[in-house]
Amino acid sequence: MRIFIAIFTALVLALPVAAEVKIREVVSPAGITAWLVEDHSIPFTALELRFRGGTSLDAPGKRGAIHLMTGLLEEGAGDLEARPYARALEALAASFGYDSGSDSVAISARFLSENRDKALALLRDTIHNPRFDQKAIDRVRGQVISSLKSDAKDPDEIAQATFRRMAFGDHPYGSDGAGTVDSVTSLTRDDIVAAHGAVFARDRLYVGAVGDITAEELGALIDALLGDLPETGAPIPGPAGVALTGGVTVVEFDTPQSVAVFGQRGIERDHPDFFAAYVLNQVLGGGSFESRLMEEVREKRGLTYGVYSYLSPRDLAATYRGGVSSANDRIAEAIQVIGDEWAKMAETGVTQKELDAAKTYLTGAYPLRFDGNARIASIMVGMQMQDLPIDYIATRNAKVEAVTLADVNRVAGQLLDPQGLRFVVVGKPEGLPAD
Amino acid sequence: MIRTLAILVAILANTLPAFAQDNKELVTSFKLDNGLQVIVVEDHRAPVLQHMIWYRAGSADEPRGASGVAHFLEHLLFKATDTLEAGELSATVAANGGRDNAFTSYDFTAYFQRVAADRLDLMMQMESDRMVNIRLTDANIKTERDVILEERNQRVENSARALFGEQMNAIQYYNHRYGVPVIGWKHEMAALDLEDALSFYRTYYAPNNAVLVVSGDVEPAEVRALAQKHYGAIPANPDLPERMRTHEPPQTAARRMIFRDARVAQPYVSRSYLAPERNSGAQEQAAALYLLAEILGGGTTSFLAEKLQFENQIAVYSGVFYSGQALDQTTFDMIVVPAEGVSLDEVEAAMDAALTDFIDKGVDPEQLDRIKMQLRAAQIYARDNVDGIANRYGRALSTGLTVEDVQAWPDILQAVTAQQIIAAARDVLREETSVTGWLMRDEGVSQ
Repeated sequence: MRIFIAIFTALVLALPVAAEVKIREVVSPAGITAWLVEDHSIPFTALELRFRGGTSLDAPGKRGAIHLMTGLLEEGAGDLEARPYARALEALAASFGYDSGSDSVAISARFLSENRDKALALLRDTIHNPRFDQKAIDRVRGQVISSLKSDAKDPDEIAQATFRRMAFGDHPYGSDGAGTVDSVTSLTRDDIVAAHGAVFARDRLYVGAVGDITAEELGALIDALLGDLPETGAPIPGPAGVALTGGVTVVEFDTPQSVAVFGQRGIERDHPDFFAAYVLNQVLGGGSFESRLMEEVREKRGLTYGVYSYLSPRDLAATYRGGVSSANDRIAEAIQVIGDEWAKMAETGVTQKELDAAKTYLTGAYPLRFDGNARIASIMVGMQMQDLPIDYIATRNAKVEAVTLADVNRVAGQLLDPQGLRFVVVGKPEGLPAD
Repeated sequence: MIRTLAILVAILANTLPAFAQDNKELVTSFKLDNGLQVIVVEDHRAPVLQHMIWYRAGSADEPRGASGVAHFLEHLLFKATDTLEAGELSATVAANGGRDNAFTSYDFTAYFQRVAADRLDLMMQMESDRMVNIRLTDANIKTERDVILEERNQRVENSARALFGEQMNAIQYYNHRYGVPVIGWKHEMAALDLEDALSFYRTYYAPNNAVLVVSGDVEPAEVRALAQKHYGAIPANPDLPERMRTHEPPQTAARRMIFRDARVAQPYVSRSYLAPERNSGAQEQAAALYLLAEILGGGTTSFLAEKLQFENQIAVYSGVFYSGQALDQTTFDMIVVPAEGVSLDEVEAAMDAALTDFIDKGVDPEQLDRIKMQLRAAQIYARDNVDGIANRYGRALSTGLTVEDVQAWPDILQAVTAQQIIAAARDVLREETSVTGWLMRDEGVSQ
C-alpha cells in the first residue's frame, strides 16, 4: 500500500520491449490491417480492437449514449438474450471486455485456441447484431445512473469533472462521457442504435493480436469478424481548445482530506519536443519516488501519500496534469510547494544527474511493459493509433537517449507555465484563497 | 477438453527440475539452512524478473494498542540502512530501470521489485540488507507518520464506503485482530513511535519468518546460489514467536448496524458471515465456499443476479465474495445495491429469500460445469502472468499453506460436488451468525 496506484503513466507512450516482441503487419484478404505477435507457447490469443472517436462521437443532446451502448454489448446478441448470451460466453471460457474512452471504444477479447471459432462467432454477433433489448437498456441505465450519483459525491470525481469543464467547456472533452443523470434518463433505444452506428466502422478501426494464431488464421478471422462493418461512422469532432488560466478553484465539500487536481496546456504526441517533455516530466512528477514533487511534498514534508504529474496528449487536446491529496489544514502548503517546484523547474530546469537517472529509468523500464499477451496487444493498437512505425520498438530507446540537457531545459522553459497552472481543490481547505 | 496443468516442483534442497516443457508452470521450492523458504517460478518469454520477500507478519500480529505498526514499518523500510541512504533502494531500482513497492495485509507484509533479469544479485543484496540493518531517526518517524495518516485520509476517511467497511469488520470480529483495520485506527497511528516500529521489526523480520519468491526469466540454480550468498548469511531468529492468535467465540446472535454519512449517494446492504479459511491439508470446505460464492454472486449468470436483477429488478447490483486465503477464520460476504425506489429493507428481504430459495433448490449442474470449465481455463490464462503465479505462492505460504496445498487446490475445486456446496451454504449462511450493515445517506445533513 505504499504508492497510491493512480499514477497515470499510461497515456501515451506505449513503450514496447526489446527483441522478444516481433510485430508483423498482416493485411487481411478484405484489406483490414492488423499487427500480430505470434507466440504459440500458451494456447490462447488476446485480440484488441479499437475504434477511434469514442464517447466524443455522442450526438448533441445524447451525452452518455455511446457509453451506455458500450455497456450493453454484453447484454445479448443475435438470438441470445442477456442471460443465455452470458452463459454461452462462460461455457467457452472466453472473455470480452468493453471500454469507452474519450478517444476510442475498445474491445479486448481473450479466447482459448480450442474454442477460437465459437468465440469469434459470438464476438461477431456482439459487434454486428447486439440486441439492445429494452429491458437490458433499462437495467444497465439504472447501473449507470447509480454510478453517476455516486460520482457526484466523490471528491476525486468532483475534482476531475470541475477541471474538465474549466479546461474544455462545451467540447465533448468538457463533460463526462458517461453523461448526466438527465441525459442518460432520456436516452431511447433509437439513440443506442444510432450510437452503435456512429462508433463501429472500418475507417477508424485498429487491430492487434498476440498469441497462438498464425498470420493466415488472423487474416481470415478479422475478415469474418470485421469485414462487413460499414465504411464510415460519425464524424470525429475538431480539436478542443484548452481554456485554462492560472489560479485556484475551490469546490466546497465536507470531507476531511482535500483532493486537488492541477493542470495547464500540454504538448502533442507528435511534437518534435515530445520526448524532451516526457523526460522532463519523469524528473518533475513522473510515477516514481524519485520525482521532485514526491521528494518535496511527501518525503521531506509528509504532506501527502501521493503526488504525481503526467502528460496527457489526447487526440483532440493536449494538457499537462497532476494530482495530490492532503488534509484540509495542509493542502494549502502542498499546493504552494507544487507551484514553487513548477516555477523552479521552468526557470532552472533539471540537472545532468537527474537527466541521466530519468533516461536510465525510462530505457530500462522499457521491457517491463510487455508482461502478457493482452498488454502487448493493447500497446500495439496504441502504437497504430499514434501513427508510430511498426519498428518503433527498436528505435524508441534511442529517441529517449538522444534528448540532451539543453533540449530538456529549453522545453522546461517553454512548456511549464507556472502562471497558467490551474488547481481545482475539492474539500474544506484552510487558508487557501480561491480566485 | 482442457489439459490440467502439471505444476512441477522439487521440494527438497538439491536439484531442480529438468522438465523443460516451457508451456508449463515451472515452480521450484527449497529452503535455506536458516529457514528461509524460497520459491522460483520460471517464465523465459521475456528478460524480466520479479523479486519478492514475504514476511509472515501482518496487522493481525501487531501488539494491542499499536494498530498500523506493520504497515508503518513497511513504509520505514524504504529509509536508511547501514549501507543505504534513505530512498536509495528505490532510487537504485529506478536507476536500473525497475519498479519497486510493498504492501501490507492482515497476515503478511511483502516487498518487491520488477527489473531486468540480470539484476537479481543487486536486488537480493539490498533486500537482504534491510531485513536486518535499518537505521531509523526520529525525523523519519515524524514525517512518515504524517504520510500514513494522509494515506488513511485518502483511503478511508474520505470514503463513506471505506468507513462503513471498517465498522462492519469491527462488529464481525469481537475477539480477533481481523476486526482492526490494516492501516490502523487513526488515534493509534498518531501515537506510533520508533520503539513500536523497531520492536515489530526485531521480532518478525528474520529469514525463518520469510518467503522469498522469484519469478520470471531465472534459473533455480542461480536463484539458489544468490539467495545463499545474500540471505544465507543472516541468522535465524531463535526467539521468533509462534503465531498464536485469539479465536472468535461462537456467534449466537445476529448483529446489525446502520452507518450514516452525508457523502453517501448510493445506499446499500452489506452482509457477512464468519467462514472457515483454507487450511493446510484440509481445503475442501474452503473450496466448496469458493464455488458457492461464484454460483451465488460471481457475475450476471449468478443466482442472486438472476433473482434480484433479472427476474425482479429490485437491485442494480449484487455480488458475493469469499477469499479463503487467511491464517484464521475469514468471512463470506455479500452486497446488494437496491434499484431506484427500493428500500434497503426490501432489498435485504429479497436477498434473504433468494438465499433460502437457493438452499432449497440446490445447485444448477450446468452452472457448476461452466464455472469449473472457467477455472480450468483460468489455469491456462494464468500462465500469461507469471507474477500472478508468484503472488499466489507468496500469499499462500504466508497464510499457513504449503506448496503442495497450492498445487492441490485446482483439483480440489474440480472435485467439489453440488451436495457439498449446499452443505457449505447451510453451515455458513445462518441467520444467527450473520452481520448486516446498512450504508445510508445522512438525511439530517444537507449536502
